[in-house]
Amino acid sequence: MMVEGNERKVQNKLRLRLYRRAVNDAFLKLKPRRMLRNPVMFVVEVGSLLTTALWVQALTGHGETPAWFVGAITLWLWFTVLFANFSEALAEGRGKAQAEALRKTRKETQAKKLASLPVDGHKPVNFTLTASTLLHQDDLFLVEAGDILPADGEVVVGIASVDESAVTGESAPVIRESGGDRSAVTGGTRLLSDWLVVRVSADPGHGFLDRMISLVEGAKRTKTPNEIALDILLASFTIIFLVVCMTLLPFSLFSVRTAGQGAPITITVLVALLVCLIPTTIGGLLSAIGIAGMDRLIQRNVIALSGRAVEAAGDVDVLLLDKTGTITLGNRQAVEFLPVGGVTELELAEAAQLASLADETPEGRSIVVLAKEKHNLRGRIVSASPEYPEGMHFIPFSAQTRMSGVDFDHTRIRKGAPDTMLAFMETAGKSAPADLRSLIDRIARSGGTPLVVTHNDVPLGVIHLKDIVKGGLNERFSQLRRMGIKTVMITGDNPLTAAAIAAEAGVDDFLAQATPENKLRLIRQYQGEGRLVAMTGDGTNDAPALAQADVAVAMNTGTQPAREAANMIDLESNPTKLIEIVEIGKQLLMTRGALTTFSIANDVAKYFAIIPAAFASTYPQLGVLNFMRLATPESAILSAVIFNALIIVALIPLALKGVPYRAVGASQLFRDNLLIYGLGGLVAPFLGIKMIDLLLIALRLV
Amino acid sequence: MTLVGWLQIVIFFGLLLLVVKPLGAYMARVYGGERTFLTPILRPVERLVFRLAGVKAEEEMDWKRYTLAVLAFSLVGVFFLYILQRVQHLLPLNPMGFGPVAPDLALNTAVSFVTNTNWQAYGGETTMSFLTQMMGLTVQNFLSAAAGMAVLMALIRAFTRHQASTVGNFWVDLTRGTLYIFLPLSFLLALTLVASGVVQTLAPSAVATTLQGGEQVIALGPAASQVAIKHLGTNGGGFFNANAAHPFENPTPLTNLLLMLAETAIPVALTYTFGRMVGNTRQGWAILAAMLVLMVGFTALAYSAEAAGNPRLAALGVNQTASALQPGGNMEGKELRFGIAPSATFATITTGTSSGAINSTHDSFTPLGGLIPLVMMQLGEVAPGGVGSGLYGMLVFVLIAVFVAGLMVGRTPEYLGKKIEPFEMKMAALIILIMPIVVLGLTALAVSLDTARASISNPGPHGFSQVLYAFTSQGNNNGSAFAGLNVNTPFYNLTGALAMFISRFWLIIPTLALAGSLAAKKKVPIGVGTLPTTTPLFIAWLIVVIIIVGALNFLPALALGPVIEHLIMAGV
Repeated sequence: MMVEGNERKVQNKLRLRLYRRAVNDAFLKLKPRRMLRNPVMFVVEVGSLLTTALWVQALTGHGETPAWFVGAITLWLWFTVLFANFSEALAEGRGKAQAEALRKTRKETQAKKLASLPVDGHKPVNFTLTASTLLHQDDLFLVEAGDILPADGEVVVGIASVDESAVTGESAPVIRESGGDRSAVTGGTRLLSDWLVVRVSADPGHGFLDRMISLVEGAKRTKTPNEIALDILLASFTIIFLVVCMTLLPFSLFSVRTAGQGAPITITVLVALLVCLIPTTIGGLLSAIGIAGMDRLIQRNVIALSGRAVEAAGDVDVLLLDKTGTITLGNRQAVEFLPVGGVTELELAEAAQLASLADETPEGRSIVVLAKEKHNLRGRIVSASPEYPEGMHFIPFSAQTRMSGVDFDHTRIRKGAPDTMLAFMETAGKSAPADLRSLIDRIARSGGTPLVVTHNDVPLGVIHLKDIVKGGLNERFSQLRRMGIKTVMITGDNPLTAAAIAAEAGVDDFLAQATPENKLRLIRQYQGEGRLVAMTGDGTNDAPALAQADVAVAMNTGTQPAREAANMIDLESNPTKLIEIVEIGKQLLMTRGALTTFSIANDVAKYFAIIPAAFASTYPQLGVLNFMRLATPESAILSAVIFNALIIVALIPLALKGVPYRAVGASQLFRDNLLIYGLGGLVAPFLGIKMIDLLLIALRLV
Repeated sequence: MTLVGWLQIVIFFGLLLLVVKPLGAYMARVYGGERTFLTPILRPVERLVFRLAGVKAEEEMDWKRYTLAVLAFSLVGVFFLYILQRVQHLLPLNPMGFGPVAPDLALNTAVSFVTNTNWQAYGGETTMSFLTQMMGLTVQNFLSAAAGMAVLMALIRAFTRHQASTVGNFWVDLTRGTLYIFLPLSFLLALTLVASGVVQTLAPSAVATTLQGGEQVIALGPAASQVAIKHLGTNGGGFFNANAAHPFENPTPLTNLLLMLAETAIPVALTYTFGRMVGNTRQGWAILAAMLVLMVGFTALAYSAEAAGNPRLAALGVNQTASALQPGGNMEGKELRFGIAPSATFATITTGTSSGAINSTHDSFTPLGGLIPLVMMQLGEVAPGGVGSGLYGMLVFVLIAVFVAGLMVGRTPEYLGKKIEPFEMKMAALIILIMPIVVLGLTALAVSLDTARASISNPGPHGFSQVLYAFTSQGNNNGSAFAGLNVNTPFYNLTGALAMFISRFWLIIPTLALAGSLAAKKKVPIGVGTLPTTTPLFIAWLIVVIIIVGALNFLPALALGPVIEHLIMAGV
């Protein structure tokens, strides 16, 4: 309890600091040059400056309206600008805090630079100590247990466990080794065991950590196409209202002349009207929405290398998912022993168990487990024993033989993939019996993987390895289907196996016997039809397809080429993350759309508040339009301005959290959001302005 | 309001709906270059025109060449029409011996007819020779209409194409529109009009002795041929000053119905043409539904405002209820042979289309009744708008509606498989921006200048409405007049010409740029994640977007014109 309380206190303190800094930044952002990036809020700032000047003039006694009124309007106009700045600063704040934490890990370290590659893969002993900032691409360095990796790179020699929590936040150590798909290491992480020789892949200042810092800070944030399109729409609304308000002055002068009474509309009221009409709600929150969207990705441990990719994620029509790790659990499991000829199941199980005892792969272990479960076969002593005086000699799996097994006591047990084993038997002069072939076929057809076991080159039977489809995927895929997204499973399996798994998992389509070439071809084909394709990958052979895909997520554990080809990196290396990324992309657009609708719908009420008030002295009859029965012209205009400023603050949480996305069709989403933000936007200001008006009167402020 | 009045409105819209599909399908075939029942007669003529003009029919243009062709063709039209008016006294067919038209008026008129506005700061029967009417004004009635349709066709084609660089051939579209659509329909309508009593003669004005013994000059001329295309092409420029209120242009209630149908039929049927050309007629029906809701709704409002009459008169004990012996309501400025409902309908659809013909004086409408034609124009002339121009304006509103709605469903907005990106928004923004700037800006200028204020005939807010109406009409290429404002002055002629020119061509350029950019895009397949654009909800949303954009632009101005006038009249 105590600990929890303390933690909360720390968190509150952190949050307080975040807010304090955001308030500070809100003032710093008032610089006109910065404000120019946001045309809507720039207009508000210019308006505020104008009314400030009018207020000073009113204080000297020559003003167009009482000084208190101009002063109050001016104050709230400045608040409008500051609230918008505050929302942006708050959105940036979290990223900045994270960037600071990252910067701390990017301390300058000493690198053990090597002159050349070590011979025979032995740990090198001769190195020179150099500052990490002096390491350049293609340099080699050595890291040992306890060292911090001085730069990004690719493991050339060795295997070691690495603590990557500085980058991923994940405290469990990960294995990094040369070759294969787990060879990339990141500067700033710490080696926990063993040693590695690494080739530098990025010059100082351009490493992964550096890129990440600038991304989370939002320093290099550029507007995305969609944001630009919306900006144009908002700017054009602003121009229209500028014209509306500017022409209102001559209209008013003419009306005063023709009505023969009243005073023309004041500049203060015109500025107030303008600020109320231009879409300040969405204009003020637009950049916060974008930053918060990126931030939501970072919280899910995904680094988006471009905002464009996040938006594209919302548009994705086709998801290419790797079978292994995404759709199925990473490993296949033995589920059956199927003997052939006169062999009993027990004999087969015994042989299979023996062949797998030293096999540390998940498949191998699952065979031992199955043998124990089904036939109560225990593990045996591997070294010399009374039973096998010469001990067992294990043959590990190798790329050349493509099989594994065990030799003992003139016995040769082998297991391997069917085509390898059939070829192996053929060379030994044995032919495969027909029932073996039909068994192999049956297993493959059901989506399983057959392993043939032989005893002295005579087939005993087949082990049925099965892919285990992850739970809950079917539901996920049908959810995606409802969102209009097609799922395609990519696998190296043969078409039969692939079809069976695809059917079990509920994907829409599959690509079997995938190669880098046909993956690329598939993506291009979808894109040619005008579809947007997303995929995940980790291996080097995924790199071309990742580069071609519109949204490409690389696993952080993946190889350097894969990480470079992708436009997002998943630090947790969780392949199903893609689905969440799609949702975040959609949320981003939805939040913008919802707030735009809300902002424009607000204008109706503001017109009804301000127009009767602005012309009260010329045409008192327009008071009929004052549905809200606002007390005085001054209170009406002030209430509208105050509402306009406060609504920005009220909507900051929504802008930061995003409009919730539900996987329903577009029609229903549209209807729901239109009801909430369209109708809500129409009604809310009527209530809000009236309430503020009542409050102003009750407090005798007007 | 009477049952007969409502029935007249229902019958009009009912008949209108009947022509949508056959006429729309026919136009789709014409612009698609397919065979129609008129092909055997007209194909040889078409070929001859192409050969004489050196047009290669199969050669398509990119959007820039298409735009250049539209602009060059129109500029030549303005130049020719200006010269013709200036030298009409030297040319034949001028039985009344009219002198040359003043330069500012001639410029205003030339721009007015080439831009399909047909704003008239002159009286036809007292200013223009028959040659000018026939060779100048009638010709532009055909060509400006066909040019508007051609621009629309370029935009529609853009939606149907996949990564294409061209949008069609302007000369082919112009020729086919004129030859296959406007000429045959005008021919039929003109004959019907003549049969109903519309004049068609080259004889000079007749002089008659009235019952009181006075002398009356009755203007005559080749009216029927011009009146037919004036309505079919949503031009609206009358042969006579009184336009469709004149008994020689619109003699009977039946011709009134026919003329209303003529000016609405093509803009409305084009929605079906659009649906057919993009391969999904439901898209066309959806747009038509939005147009119809606006048209019917505002017609009903106009009718009820006019039928309610004037509360000031009611206070004086005047009976304004309809009965067997009197039409009731506000009959000021309306023709007795039409009555209130057809006049209110006419006023709504003549401003809803870009026709601008009038059969009653909008200036004499009640403030709210007069507000309706103003609003119909201020919505941007999209319900249903002019021939061609109405639908391309409407499609821009659809793009804006789709953009905001598309964001709300979490996808980059797309319409008919085309993604809406910054360039499209830029063009759409330009299109919706220009009109209010022109209208409000020039109105503000006019009410600030003493010379311009001198033209206002009514004091008070009504005077403001007059100026606002004049620039709203010209800034939307409508051409209807509120009357009451003396617009034949250098100020109004020149600012008006500017308004008409900008509103026509500065909208055509971004529209064609939009077409070019859309044509070059991929056509994205439509899935369940795509926002459907044919549901009632989307139609309602489209209507809301049109009204909100229009209302936000003009609410303050309307409050200072018709709205306050109404409130003062109602004695609030």
